[in-house]
Amino acid sequence: MKEVEKIDNLRFKRRSVLKASALGVGALVSPGVALATPAGVEKSIASLFGGRVPEAGRVTVKIPPITENGTSVAFMVNVESPMTLEDHVVRIAVFAEENPVPDIARFELGPRAGIARVESRIRMNGSQRIRAVAEMNDGSLWSGYAFSIVTLAACLL
Amino acid sequence: MLMIRIKAPSKAKKGEVIELKAMIQHKMETGYRRDRYGRQIPKDILRRFECIYNDVVVFRAEFFPAVAANPILVFHTIATESGTLLFKWVDEAGVESYDKVELEVV
Repeated sequence: MKEVEKIDNLRFKRRSVLKASALGVGALVSPGVALATPAGVEKSIASLFGGRVPEAGRVTVKIPPITENGTSVAFMVNVESPMTLEDHVVRIAVFAEENPVPDIARFELGPRAGIARVESRIRMNGSQRIRAVAEMNDGSLWSGYAFSIVTLAACLL
Repeated sequence: MLMIRIKAPSKAKKGEVIELKAMIQHKMETGYRRDRYGRQIPKDILRRFECIYNDVVVFRAEFFPAVAANPILVFHTIATESGTLLFKWVDEAGVESYDKVELEVV
């Protein structure tokens, strides 16, 4: 019985919601999470790789051009590399520009991988670019991106 | 113990690049969602993944909340010698979940 009363108290009354939005505090109803931005992605790339700037190229990101449901989006990152002892990928970091947090995932691999390719499934909070940065064993950084239009956003749902 | 699905060849030629698929049942709760009472649902995600091939880590991953529920990973390794491939996930509390497969290299 008490539990039921609690639920009733927590429910928004239509009038109070209207009042709140009229006062411009309607944002309180939806969770107020700061979103990542393209600049935020640049910042996290800089902090992860010690301020080094990646060059465009060698990295291919594949996501569907149109995504109906952002809660699970198949993605693939492929890096052009011979994957030999002398020349291989050591790390791949994936970033989202519009998610609450720019980081998606990081992968560490080496010459024993054979091919520098990783596939997974990610969450996308709206239409955006997904960027991947690959670090080679010689310290050089390469990046690539792909864009997807997302109909139903994830993360905050 | 979480449900794990591994897809890996049981036999491979020496030097062949083999594809490994590892999936684990986990909700990967982001910590941003709210329940129907408006309370924040606590974050609960897997943080790390490792693939250990005969005691050598050949692949490592770090997850953030943007990785979808029931995370799947597809990656590759070179078949060097017969032995065990161990797949290990670690969540935020440090709890480990793992599964292994045998690989015969001919």
